[in-house]
Amino acid sequence: MSFLRRRKGTDSSKSQNLRCNIVKEDEKNNLYESPRKESYNSKKWSCWDSCCWFIGFVCSVWWFLLLLYNTMPASIPQYVTEAITGPLTDPPGVKLRKEGLTVNHPVVFVPGIVTGGLELWEGHQCAEGLFRKRLWGGSFGELYKRPLCWAQHMSLDNETGLDPPGIRVRPVSGLVAADYFAAGYFVWAVLIANLAQIGYEEKTMYMAAYDWRLSFQNTEVRDQTLSRIKSNIELMVATNGGKKVVVIPHSMGVLYFLHFMKWVEAPPPMGGGGGSEWCAKHIKAVMNIGGPFLGVPKSVSGLFSVEARDIAIARTFAPGFLDKDVFGLQTFQHLMRMTRTWDSTVSMIPKGGETIWGGLDWSPEGSSFNCGAKTLRNNSINNTDQIPNINLANMKNVNYGRIISFGKDVAEAHSSKIERVDLLQDSMKADMLANLTNCDIWIEYHDIGDHRIKAAADYKVYTAGSILDLLHFVSPKLMARGGAHFSYGIADNLDDPKYQHYKYWSNPLETKLPDAPDMEIYSMYGVGIPTERAYVYKVTTATDCSIPFQIDTSVEGGSEDSCLKGGVFSADGDETVPVLSAGLMAAKGWRGKTRFNPSGIPTYIREYSHAPPANLLEGRGTQSGAHVDIMGNFALIEDIIRVAAGATGKELGGDHVYSDIFKWAERINLQL
Amino acid sequence: MASVLRFRKLCYVESAVKCTSVGYESFEIDEKLDEKEEDVLSANNFALEINKKRKQPKRQPKEWRCLDSCCWIIGYLCTTWWLLLFCYHCLPVTLLRVPELPGPGVRLKREGLTALHPVVLVPGIVTGGLELWEGRPCADGLFRKRLWGGGSFTQIFKRPLCLLEHLSLHYETGLDPQGIRVRAVPGLVGADYFAPGYFVWAVLIENLAKIGYEGKNLHMAAYDWRLSFQNTEIRDHALTRLKSKIELMYISNGYKKVVAVPHSMGVIYFLHFLKWVETPPPMGGGGGPGWCAKHIKAVMNIGPAFLGVPKAVSNLFSAEGKDVSYIRAMAPGVFDSEILGLQTFERVMRMARTWDSIVSLLPKGGEVIWGNMDRSPEEGHVCDFSKKSHSKTSLTTNNVNNSDVKRGFLVKDLANYGRIISFGKPASVLHSSKLPTADSKEFSRTSTSENFNNFSCGEAWTEYDEMSRQSIQNVAADKAYTTTTLLDLLRFVAPKMMRRAEAHFSHGIAENLDDPKYNHYKYWSNPLETKLSDAPDMEIYCMYGVGIQTERSYVYKLSPNSRCKSIPYQIDNSVHGEDGSCLKGGVYFADGDESVPVLSAGFMCAKGWRGRTRFNPSGIATYIREYRHKPPTSLMEGRGIESGSHVDIMGNFALIEDIMRVAAGATGDEIGGDQIHSDIIKMSERINLGL
Repeated sequence: MSFLRRRKGTDSSKSQNLRCNIVKEDEKNNLYESPRKESYNSKKWSCWDSCCWFIGFVCSVWWFLLLLYNTMPASIPQYVTEAITGPLTDPPGVKLRKEGLTVNHPVVFVPGIVTGGLELWEGHQCAEGLFRKRLWGGSFGELYKRPLCWAQHMSLDNETGLDPPGIRVRPVSGLVAADYFAAGYFVWAVLIANLAQIGYEEKTMYMAAYDWRLSFQNTEVRDQTLSRIKSNIELMVATNGGKKVVVIPHSMGVLYFLHFMKWVEAPPPMGGGGGSEWCAKHIKAVMNIGGPFLGVPKSVSGLFSVEARDIAIARTFAPGFLDKDVFGLQTFQHLMRMTRTWDSTVSMIPKGGETIWGGLDWSPEGSSFNCGAKTLRNNSINNTDQIPNINLANMKNVNYGRIISFGKDVAEAHSSKIERVDLLQDSMKADMLANLTNCDIWIEYHDIGDHRIKAAADYKVYTAGSILDLLHFVSPKLMARGGAHFSYGIADNLDDPKYQHYKYWSNPLETKLPDAPDMEIYSMYGVGIPTERAYVYKVTTATDCSIPFQIDTSVEGGSEDSCLKGGVFSADGDETVPVLSAGLMAAKGWRGKTRFNPSGIPTYIREYSHAPPANLLEGRGTQSGAHVDIMGNFALIEDIIRVAAGATGKELGGDHVYSDIFKWAERINLQL
Repeated sequence: MASVLRFRKLCYVESAVKCTSVGYESFEIDEKLDEKEEDVLSANNFALEINKKRKQPKRQPKEWRCLDSCCWIIGYLCTTWWLLLFCYHCLPVTLLRVPELPGPGVRLKREGLTALHPVVLVPGIVTGGLELWEGRPCADGLFRKRLWGGGSFTQIFKRPLCLLEHLSLHYETGLDPQGIRVRAVPGLVGADYFAPGYFVWAVLIENLAKIGYEGKNLHMAAYDWRLSFQNTEIRDHALTRLKSKIELMYISNGYKKVVAVPHSMGVIYFLHFLKWVETPPPMGGGGGPGWCAKHIKAVMNIGPAFLGVPKAVSNLFSAEGKDVSYIRAMAPGVFDSEILGLQTFERVMRMARTWDSIVSLLPKGGEVIWGNMDRSPEEGHVCDFSKKSHSKTSLTTNNVNNSDVKRGFLVKDLANYGRIISFGKPASVLHSSKLPTADSKEFSRTSTSENFNNFSCGEAWTEYDEMSRQSIQNVAADKAYTTTTLLDLLRFVAPKMMRRAEAHFSHGIAENLDDPKYNHYKYWSNPLETKLSDAPDMEIYCMYGVGIQTERSYVYKLSPNSRCKSIPYQIDNSVHGEDGSCLKGGVYFADGDESVPVLSAGFMCAKGWRGRTRFNPSGIATYIREYRHKPPTSLMEGRGIESGSHVDIMGNFALIEDIMRVAAGATGDEIGGDQIHSDIIKMSERINLGL
């Protein structure tokens, strides 16, 4: 289009008229002359001009279309979508409103790690003009503009785990804190919109936003967040005619709320002084979405080498770019340094050790998960009950228990064949003289020295139990700080007075649930997505100033169906949290009257089989099971709305299980 | 370069092709007549003819050229713009930043002030944001988007009628209409900026943050400012939430009392809250009589509309203020009649009349406070504002003495401020004995007799449509109204609205405050009909700007446009006084902050509550802090750091410093006690109120 017009426009108008006469008069000579004149004419229209013309043209057309779009009645896009995909199913809010459901119990949302917004209240010189602007969440514009400044402000103090001097970054409050993570990427927004359909509004919904970088108890120490949550829940119960609240924590919020329930009943000064009846009086149900009750293996790789599956691939593709100091960036080191100041990352290290996560040659999921089920997943719900039965025969036993192994051969060999050099011994004689690094970014790896790095690699295989030693070994400061706030073991005797300390409160294996027999606990999570479960590592070749370990992405499993891909062993889960972590407490640890659940709070497992969006119009899907996208899953939203409107777990249909969680739970030898 | 070459080649080939096609026939003819030279001429003519024929298609390229250059220009501008923008973004952020004036926060931090008392901000009318929670189909896609404030108001232009419908309340109940839920935006974002770049609380918040305030000790008590105060509790539990928030902040900040900072209408909202919280349930919050004494250190009222504002009268009466009336006079056709089916004023009026809160701002205290037909507390006020405001601070010290003397001479055109509405200039000037008196009995008579006449016309229905021409004329014939008769007038022209709103607000003066009827919530927001709570350690500040002309009373006329769909009255802005007179464009001005006259803002602190009075039985200390208005001296200052106008005063550094000092623990005496520029003390002396 544009080319044609330009040609016509430029030369045809004047020159042609003239030229054709000339041609007529003396054809042969002027045929050579005319282009010269023409070229003189077209000099005005250089490349630069045509570029301008082109941009102008595109802009004008764009504006025109934009104008048309804006004047168009708002309902047209919906017609278009419906014309393509057929009539849309009603969102659950509309559907349930037609059934006559209305507001009943107030709702409390507890967001997880990373999804909550953080804003600046006080900063250094370089962050001028960002007062009360979002540093985290929203557009992340500042991250690109002034990355170093941003990383500096997002970091906490490496010693205390609280604010560094002169910097105050605080959570955004209200529903806006976590409705959208970035523009267009919903987290809670869909759920909020659907709840609003049956009449919920600000006075009956509350977002318990907290600073997710801090350890749980520190949110109370610094911001009085737990007191505020308590006061708000009490207020909502009081103003809604004594109706108890339905709490909906997501991801790390699950642990945070577990901590809250213990805190609120504990006497001051450590607790909130609500008395032992508080939870029974104020909480109707806790509906945990994608809860990492027992931690996630992803956090190990995050702490160990700041990478997960996706990043590991990027790192191998562009080792020079990301690893070295091109442009003085040193992205990973900066990232690692920042995340290591966040105590909360420590809260998600796998808990329960080898009893839960498996030993060197044993793991609960070991032989029963089929990683090749990819083809089946697309066929949605109808086929899902067949998944577990398929080709058990050609599946190898996967050693999920070895959360980190160095080298593929080590990952697959039997434990008796692995030579290990004892880490602890080695660390005794480890010398601290390697402290001569002159890299400008300081990370703890530089304090360790090559010797210890080698020692760590020589130990070959780490289980959920020994991984703690490894982390203590490579990042002593973080673990020392985190160790004061979190614990990862299994309690032998829950009545031991030491378990009254707050560091045990967020570990379901070291606390009792509150005495609230009428309360209900739901574990709601997606299944059917390969989820990181164990890693194969190698020592990086580049030695200076970089992270010495990385996931060995060259390691692939033998067959198509293998669970080992790119150095990562996958198991069933929701892409972040393995089923084991999300479901075990509800399936076994708290099922019935156990020592962890002395009052016999009923638990329900609600699994949602993952079905990827059928086409682009669906966006992130209405049947997704992925860790964050599940918040837009219509089945899950419907369950939540029903409970909020007064239904019990029994009325919802009780357990709803696709995975083998009950089988795995049987294999775990946990004393109840 | 290569592309340029190719481009040229293309042109060349193209032109050759063109020529052959154009001259195709001529070529053939040429070949035939080649030998004969004479025919060359004819052939030439022929070619020319062809060319003439071709001229019409060739016109088009000429137009293309124009379009082309347009495109070129746009493209050029866009590219340059992007380039500059890119450069701008590449520059280090600190380089281009306009050197901001260091606010008082930085200085006070250096002095060593830190956050001590938690602070509660109470926004006023109009400045708070409202968002949609449930709406009609026309508001699709606006869920949890701002309908009012904060955003850019783009929706108002896109779907104005839809928006008006959603912002209106139910005419009978004053609550949500069926199927529409519009709620206040919670949190600090609710009222920090009204529109992008137009700060309300943002400057104060930023300065408070400098000395250590943050989310846990700074709270914005957002409420739906369209509702009557008690209805915010009934619908949203706004008062209960505020109570719980204050209690929480009190406890979690080490048992430090709260400093409340209400603005504009928020002042009477907070007054209502103070009574509500100590009253036993179900009507009140059940905090008990000691609640205020225990939880509140100081109430720092900014631009307080304690006794109402005359602006609310004109707003309810004819949906216009000083500025709007000009527009209405300039373009009567556009706004008054039904061109484009807009009926802007009628629709706006209909919306505003569903808002109970506007009624709360009607002048309170009747003729005792606001003056009667011939007398008003401000009388003798000089309106030489233009001169006064330019004669800067040097004058302020001896201003009080000087102006007294000056006034003695300058008074030519006595302004009868007491006549809040008068029809025609004579009515506003003549002595009362020469005027027909407003008689409420007359209203009732006419209203009953003319009731049959309620034909409705048009969809933009205002209560004026139910009035007959006769009664409209009657209203105007009564000539002049004081604040007392004004209420009768409003009851007459808008009976439903007043019936609804008067269940929630009262505008009188209490004879006997111990009368049990004053326990009803409708009296709580009127300082003349309530006692302050028993909290002798509490402090009350009245902080407001002075030195700006403020609307005080109006000269009205019947609108010439008498068709049924229009508002029958409008401000007569052809009426002007002589030089130095307070009458301009149909509006009498008095001293104030552009919205609230000094009388309304300062009287309670100056007299009504000063010392131990019947309105203030426990003798709560009151302080008057006036801030003289100074327009910004340069563009860099934006809306000014010494402004005294109603909203801009929130950016006044002196005011911010006062608030911060009190929040950091200072008392009223420590920040300097009273600070008075206006004649408020003298005015209050003239008011004969039993204390």
